Amino acid sequence: MDKETLITELKAIVKPYAKDEEALNNINENTDFITDLKINSANLVDVILDVEEKYNIVIDNESMEKMVNVKAAMEIIESKLA
Amino acid sequence: MSNRVVITGLGIAAPNGVSIPAFTQAIKTGTSGIRHDPQLAALQFSCQIAGKPEVSEELQLQYLDPLELRNFNSSGILYGLIAGIDAWKDAGLAIPTGNDPDWESGVIFGAGSSGLDKLREAIYKVDALQVRRLGSTVVPQTMASGISAWLGGKLGLGNQVTTNSSACTTGAESVLMAYERIKNGLATRMLAGSTSDAGPYIWGGFDALKVCTYKHNDTPTQGSRPMSGSASGFVPGSGAGALLLESLDSALERGATIYAEVLGGHVNSGGQRGDGTMTAPNSIAVQRCITQALAQAGVKGMDVDAINGHLTATGKDSLEIENWSKALGRAGKDFPYINALKGMVGHCLSGSGSIELVASVLQLKEGFLFPNINCEDLHPEISAIIDETCVPRELINVNLNIIAKASFGFGDVNACVILKKYING
Repeated sequence: MDKETLITELKAIVKPYAKDEEALNNINENTDFITDLKINSANLVDVILDVEEKYNIVIDNESMEKMVNVKAAMEIIESKLA
Repeated sequence: MSNRVVITGLGIAAPNGVSIPAFTQAIKTGTSGIRHDPQLAALQFSCQIAGKPEVSEELQLQYLDPLELRNFNSSGILYGLIAGIDAWKDAGLAIPTGNDPDWESGVIFGAGSSGLDKLREAIYKVDALQVRRLGSTVVPQTMASGISAWLGGKLGLGNQVTTNSSACTTGAESVLMAYERIKNGLATRMLAGSTSDAGPYIWGGFDALKVCTYKHNDTPTQGSRPMSGSASGFVPGSGAGALLLESLDSALERGATIYAEVLGGHVNSGGQRGDGTMTAPNSIAVQRCITQALAQAGVKGMDVDAINGHLTATGKDSLEIENWSKALGRAGKDFPYINALKGMVGHCLSGSGSIELVASVLQLKEGFLFPNINCEDLHPEISAIIDETCVPRELINVNLNIIAKASFGFGDVNACVILKKYING
């Protein structure tokens, strides 16, 4: 899967949780879920569950801790799909 | 420091009306909110009728945003939010948007349990080894203090934010706790109220106790019959009521509409001694609760114009009348008017006290007594104590000065609130 597609798919996943619409529209590899998108930290677990469901993968506890921005999310998804 | 405390806002999510205008109209016209409940029938409950507020998805979106409504499954919190936010707005207060908490405003919003349906979902997932799939929504919806936490956040409250719980006295107790806080100068405004979840998991235990009626599954609106000779148990209900309490000084300064004054009240327990048990009241404690409430409010038994009873439509209604009669020292034609809201909404459990207090306050403000529906046949044990005319069966338009409202609950706990019509000064 190319990066553009993955970012577009991630954007759809985080959309319901993102409180900063402008940051969501400009989402890119360097976007941070909490500081940029203003996602409530408690909702990060919901983002992860939605990612698991979308790609039919299981994200372990260690990976979960790292999944706080778009770049890390992409890396984790790609490694699980590989 | 001792402040006078008044009520400046009301909100309601009741089985027969979800908004103050709808509820006021319903209680004046004796409109029942009891309906046949297909879910209870499917689950083979003895009692297959119930009272549930009707809340459309459109209405939900006025109180919760789409993200908050994702995986939302806590009826009690929904009802409480509707009642609480409506009471706040009804008092003419704005929903704050800034970063500063409102240090002078708090909330005491009671509940018997929280988000039982949500808890059930979570239990199934945990047992299926899916704990990690619970997501973020379980705790805020199932913690006992869920409703006060949600309201505190919506309204930016910076004073005390808590939930009380004392079975069916919960709503009356929350108003008295809020009253004391303002009276003692610890807060300027307190949102007080209580809520109860709807559904089989909250009502099942009562069905099993055989305290609910099973005789009206085909005649739901006739099922809840407080004070009636043919009463056969209570009808389970749900919903929330909320009252915005405020110091008189603050209300006058804001030019707020004053619905009524809280003169005082009392809470106590019979200690499950004497006649008192987990499920039955100690009459000495009930009478003492009423007399102490009157004393604390500085009024006499003779001053009470009307009583809003607990009156659930079980075998205990006659005993309650006897206790009121003894506590007030009044009987026969000399007894005050008395009415029971449960005839229209059923027993809304932890929500009942505040829903009934809202009805009581409306009666004082607008000068009426709602009819006791389904009480065509006053119980002979009751007519032996008080005159038939004390129990209005039709709407009465009458100027009332003082209403006494009591609620009693499992655990042998009692609460009595004394309300007075507010006339300038």
